Amino acid sequence: MSKKLARSWGRYPQLPQRLLMPDWPDEASAHLVNSRGNRKTTLAYGNGRSYGDSCLAASGRAIGTRGLDRLIEADWQTGRIRAQAGLMLNELIEWALPRGWFPPVTPGTKFVTLGGAVANDVHGKNHHHAGTFGRHVAALDLSRSDGSRKSLTQEATPELFAATVGGLGLTGLVEWVELQLKPVRSSLIETRTYRFASLDEFFELSAEHDAAHEYTVAWVDCLAPEDALGRGLFMTGDHAEDGPLQLARPGKRRIPFDPPFSLVNPTSIKLFNAAIYHRPRHFGRRERTGYEPFFYPLDGILEWNRIYGRQGFQQFQCVIPESEAREAMKEILRLIKADGMGSFLAVLKRYGDIASPGLLSFPMPGLSLALDFPHQPGATTPLLRQLDGVVARAGGRLYPAKDAHMSPELFRESYPAWRTVEAHRDPAILSHFWRRVTS
Amino acid sequence: MNENILILGATSAIAQAVARRYAEHGANLHLVARNAERTSEVTNDLTARGANKVTTHTANAADDSSQTEILQAAFEALPRVDLVLLAWGNLPDEAECEADTGALQDQFKVNGLSPVLLLNRLAPMLAEQPGDSHIAVISSVAGDRGRKSNYAYGAAKAALTTFADGLGGRYLPKGVKVTVVKPGFVATPMTAGLDLPGPLVATPEKVAQRLIKATEKGKPTVHTPAFWRGIMLIIKAIPTTVMRRLPI
Repeated sequence: MSKKLARSWGRYPQLPQRLLMPDWPDEASAHLVNSRGNRKTTLAYGNGRSYGDSCLAASGRAIGTRGLDRLIEADWQTGRIRAQAGLMLNELIEWALPRGWFPPVTPGTKFVTLGGAVANDVHGKNHHHAGTFGRHVAALDLSRSDGSRKSLTQEATPELFAATVGGLGLTGLVEWVELQLKPVRSSLIETRTYRFASLDEFFELSAEHDAAHEYTVAWVDCLAPEDALGRGLFMTGDHAEDGPLQLARPGKRRIPFDPPFSLVNPTSIKLFNAAIYHRPRHFGRRERTGYEPFFYPLDGILEWNRIYGRQGFQQFQCVIPESEAREAMKEILRLIKADGMGSFLAVLKRYGDIASPGLLSFPMPGLSLALDFPHQPGATTPLLRQLDGVVARAGGRLYPAKDAHMSPELFRESYPAWRTVEAHRDPAILSHFWRRVTS
Repeated sequence: MNENILILGATSAIAQAVARRYAEHGANLHLVARNAERTSEVTNDLTARGANKVTTHTANAADDSSQTEILQAAFEALPRVDLVLLAWGNLPDEAECEADTGALQDQFKVNGLSPVLLLNRLAPMLAEQPGDSHIAVISSVAGDRGRKSNYAYGAAKAALTTFADGLGGRYLPKGVKVTVVKPGFVATPMTAGLDLPGPLVATPEKVAQRLIKATEKGKPTVHTPAFWRGIMLIIKAIPTTVMRRLPI
């Protein structure tokens, strides 16, 4: 087994992890059992795409899962596959797509492991149609520090399954995941783009288009002038009924070093956002694009997180329940605009009412906003606390997979089921996030 | 691309990477390794990735007394043998080899003598088949020169390289093409405990890519990654009196 240092995607907080890299499942479980024997805690680490500290072991010693990337079984007639938890979505797409299958739910990057997708119960642009990732997991295998191995399903082991899906890796080491893929006829996506000048217009577009399209998402300009608050672009997408089943070529562009300061600053953001919003395009017209730019626009630039410089960045993602969404989101946008540091990656998504299977699953019917802030000691956290206040008053919540700042009170109030997850937590497993929000 | 592949040491990292590429092309694979459970995991992976048929044999290729049986079983399992990959080995602790003659002998057997014996048994069997066939032998840049840092391992690999080179010459007219693969540092379980210089380390996938390309073309030698060829030319050119004084 090899060792290397690893971090989370936002590179904040700075807690580099020493990783053990088992190559076989029996080695991985042995590490977990040994940890318990040494009275130490650990955590599974996939590809480190969680932004905050939910993927960072409290002890600084984690078990890397990328060596456990084998397929166990694949039925290409039914699209049901079983694979080790260290396999990444991009690898899955590589042999599933040419055979006419695609992940049923995909987050904004394909560089996440199956284990990570389960642990965070990730969701995508099709939440309103397909719900979260965990809804498509037929079974999973869990190793625990007492040496036991259990197969979990929603039917046979409902409570442990619900604690494990979205359970941030706390209940044990997921060894394999059985997933139902969705059939696709083409690797192309049919997409339409609409412009909206205000948040109210966004709601109109969402009401008009969400039901008719598999995928919808909006990008919102957080630094728009006062009279244009909440302007942005709304996109719909559907898998094309015909066309080739072709893989995209891997991104060759890479950010090779950390700039001494963040390239993301109020000036660059304003310019970027204005350019995107005003870029001439045929609004409403149907266009075809590859799956890569539609689902994974940033994956083409490897290590894009480095543009924020060495201080790293924090991502803020909240969801506000449907009844409060309009007002609360306007308030949030006003606060971000006043502060002036909001990034260009502000994504707005209306979630549907399909229930999530995990006790700590993030989506709820309502509106979600996700954006980055370059981390500036002393400046970022006060703004985030203000935003937290709006979220808390509206009965919303933040996304653990993205979080590096939420207070224990906010967490416990917005995720009351946390006690059940704590009851199922493996004593040899503890993340920095969990220790932070449950103490 | 070759369709019927025999892999000895099939659970090693480079072997798995090679096997996956062939599986994706629908090949038949016969896997030989010591650990049945791990071989079974590899089998499932290859099958799911598109291998036409995967058969296995749990045995130790480094064991002289097992080799004949291993080869016979392989030739029976595959319709014919197009490519044989010799992928077993270990990286000994040099200090231990100096102190303990048993350890020195063991590693020489695993890394040097046993692949040589296997090649000797294998080549005539391949020559008997109608048509061409290929052998890929994983040796190492360490075998190119005796260096104070790893001469026990290097000597074993040097023996393997020299034998394979000569065998390749002997059997070329009989349609057997031997490729000696010389990786530098590869990030695998074998090198897991070492502090490797980052930019010089290759992934098993990269090594597999070059290995397959060279073997399919019947090239006698391939360094992987390619820059090792240049490095080793320089290292080989250093006069021994100088070499012995260098810290490498």
